[in-house]
Amino acid sequence: MTEMYPVLTDNISRRNRTNIRFRYLVIAGSVITVIPIFLIVGNLAVKGFRQINLAFFTKPAPDTFQAMMAASSGEIIPGGIANGLTGSLLMVVLASLFAIPLGLMTGIYIYENSSLKYARFIRNLTEILQGVPSIILGIIAYIWIVKNITRGYSALAGSVSLAIMMLPLIIRSTEETMRMIPVSIREAAFALGTPYYKMIYKILIPVSFSGLATGVLLALSRILGETAPLMLTALGSPAISLDVTRPVSAVPLLIWDFYNDPNMVSLVWSASLFLMVFVLSMNLLARSVASKHKYI
Amino acid sequence: MSGDRVTKVLLFISSLTILLLSAGIVISLFGGALPAFREFGFRFITSSAWNPTAGSEEYGAMSFIAGTVITSILALIICIPMAFSTSLFIAEYYNGTRTSGILRSLVDLLAGIPSIVYGFWGFYALRPLMVATGLTDQGFGVFTASLVLAIMIVPYATSLSAEIISMVPAELKEAAYSLGATRREVIFSVVIPSARSGIIASFILALGRALGETMAVTMLIGNANVIPKGLFAPGNTMASVIANQFGEASGLKMSALIAIGLLLFLITALVNYLGKLIIKRFA
Amino acid sequence: MNNTPQSNNVLEIRDLSIAYEPGKNAVNGVTASVKRNSITAIMGPSGCGKSTLLRAMNRMHELYPNIRTKGDILLDGQSIFSMSVIELRRKVGMVFQRPNPFPNMTIYENVVAGFSLNDIRLKKSQRDEIVENALRNVTLWDEVKESLYRKGTFLSGGQQQRLCVARAIAFNPEVLLLDEPTSALDPIATSKIEDLLGELKKKYTLVLVTHNMSQAARISDDSMFMYLGELVESGRTGTLFTTPKDPRTEAYLTGKFG
Repeated sequence: MTEMYPVLTDNISRRNRTNIRFRYLVIAGSVITVIPIFLIVGNLAVKGFRQINLAFFTKPAPDTFQAMMAASSGEIIPGGIANGLTGSLLMVVLASLFAIPLGLMTGIYIYENSSLKYARFIRNLTEILQGVPSIILGIIAYIWIVKNITRGYSALAGSVSLAIMMLPLIIRSTEETMRMIPVSIREAAFALGTPYYKMIYKILIPVSFSGLATGVLLALSRILGETAPLMLTALGSPAISLDVTRPVSAVPLLIWDFYNDPNMVSLVWSASLFLMVFVLSMNLLARSVASKHKYI
Repeated sequence: MSGDRVTKVLLFISSLTILLLSAGIVISLFGGALPAFREFGFRFITSSAWNPTAGSEEYGAMSFIAGTVITSILALIICIPMAFSTSLFIAEYYNGTRTSGILRSLVDLLAGIPSIVYGFWGFYALRPLMVATGLTDQGFGVFTASLVLAIMIVPYATSLSAEIISMVPAELKEAAYSLGATRREVIFSVVIPSARSGIIASFILALGRALGETMAVTMLIGNANVIPKGLFAPGNTMASVIANQFGEASGLKMSALIAIGLLLFLITALVNYLGKLIIKRFA
Repeated sequence: MNNTPQSNNVLEIRDLSIAYEPGKNAVNGVTASVKRNSITAIMGPSGCGKSTLLRAMNRMHELYPNIRTKGDILLDGQSIFSMSVIELRRKVGMVFQRPNPFPNMTIYENVVAGFSLNDIRLKKSQRDEIVENALRNVTLWDEVKESLYRKGTFLSGGQQQRLCVARAIAFNPEVLLLDEPTSALDPIATSKIEDLLGELKKKYTLVLVTHNMSQAARISDDSMFMYLGELVESGRTGTLFTTPKDPRTEAYLTGKFG
């Protein structure tokens, strides 16, 4: 056999140039991707800042006439988002009361029984549930609660739709956190004769606490900004109300109302700024909790 | 009963609620959609009529299916180069560096902004730009909605793609480098082929997100109940027609809106299932 | 060989220092040379810098961010840091610790991967010849000639590693760097690779990193012993193993550490 090697005829400088060009393309694409975040934060901060004052947090939304008068004389629109804050708080607390314990328990169930077909089926259902568009959960809460239980739009219906949204998020994060606990820790507990339920309360949950907290915070930051399902359930209300059987407002619902009223434009900026800052700080808090306790 | 038994039973019961919840959602959607399907049959899906006038009521989902599919696919097309370069930046070029961490957090922030804030920002900041291009009179329409939708789904496509790209074994990349390949050549002949199905899955899951997105699209698409006549023409999506008209609906119209919700549920479930299937085969 | 040898030394390493982070040298002031058509073994306990030194010989160490390199390495009298990386890596091939055939390519495609990765188009007849030649050189031809178009990952570990050697020598490099090429293989596959290296040194110059002392003693002509980034001792393998000059070398060879 003859040993014949081809002369290498490629153009190295051309290949190097393409290589460098591609790198710049990747950097340019990445910069373009993050530009919107600066634009959105910048726009909202500049235009929304003016309306943020004490009244913004303590007074309910103004009516359109008050807003028009203020806008026409160039003054700050009186009133704020207090009815939205209380409504959001009411619904988020209700949703959490339902979704957090149930989500934790289901997550632990799936983790503890992951060899069972049934548990894997539940996990798949959870994944499907997580992908359901939020507006559909609005329809569901409307059919179940608005039509059949409270006979009218209500805070309860809103919180049910939010709870169904939270549930799969918490189940998934619980299961994933638990799976990161070394098996040896469980085995050590069992080796000491710890009963099953004590192992869960005294070992699993405390050891994975920061992971569980991260999951809950992320789920909360998701539902705090949700608007669509609330339009079909809580509807919105100009008054501060804590009655779960009556319509209530929420911060994102107020943004929608302000947006539809040309006199309230400057309030939309402020309300959007507030909602974004609140949701993003919750998000950052969740991530910092997660990164501080990386080993679990 | 001992604590052990109580705990086991409690855990099992809580898992049952997921079962009941899922079954309840499907049954309620079917039940609510039934009158519309009984009235219009299969035509409900193929027809693009939308006439709520009492007496001559006729409803069809086609305009909204078309609007949803067109905006989501267009959003995906815009999202692909952005998410692709960002995931290469994070997981390949600057993998493990501070710069990569910062970019990753910025992209995560995009995922944290509420949909309604995107819609409002798109309305006040992006729409005037669209008007300035002269391509549309009002700035509303499929393209504006897709652009914002693309920004919204970028983080989902990016984080999963980046994770999968960073899982490509260093040994394979080193083998290619040791043969004289440049970084771009390593990316195209080793990294992408190894991560291909995972990257595809991440874009399918991002598409699943886009299909169900409601508020931002509702505020930007122009809400015309017709099949969009072009990229800059107004239209309506399944999610946004529900958001816009559910409150004032009753009777047959309500049933038609629930039926659209059912169809949207089935489409997103199918797309998500496909994405998850590819991921599972990849892992 | 297409290069006229300028001296008996293919590689000259001159006062080479490499740091992954400032102030911490993984390789510290190493000066050494590698003789043509021989096997040079680099030994030492893990973390001694032997892999870093090997990787520097075709600048693979530059893949790590923030790496600092001082000193020089000459290939046939020319500094490798002044060459294009692409050309250097074609002249100095590499085989890795774990067999790493490209999973998306067939056996055939794996052997000519160097050409396709470098955008070099060859005629089918040329490719066929290179594939057969390279696979014969690694004694894999008879085992895989019926399954050239199957994926390389179906082969056994030892076969995969020989395929990786074939991939590296398809370019006809001058030097072949081997980074613990048998550490992931069973004893039978290991001895096949060792036999193969003995054959390959007739055509190529081989540099082998190993933590297996008996392997170094069996197949290498020259040896280097590294400890904490420094080259403690180098010389003919027979001499270094029987009469080590440095107490640290002796301690290592007698199993005191590593």
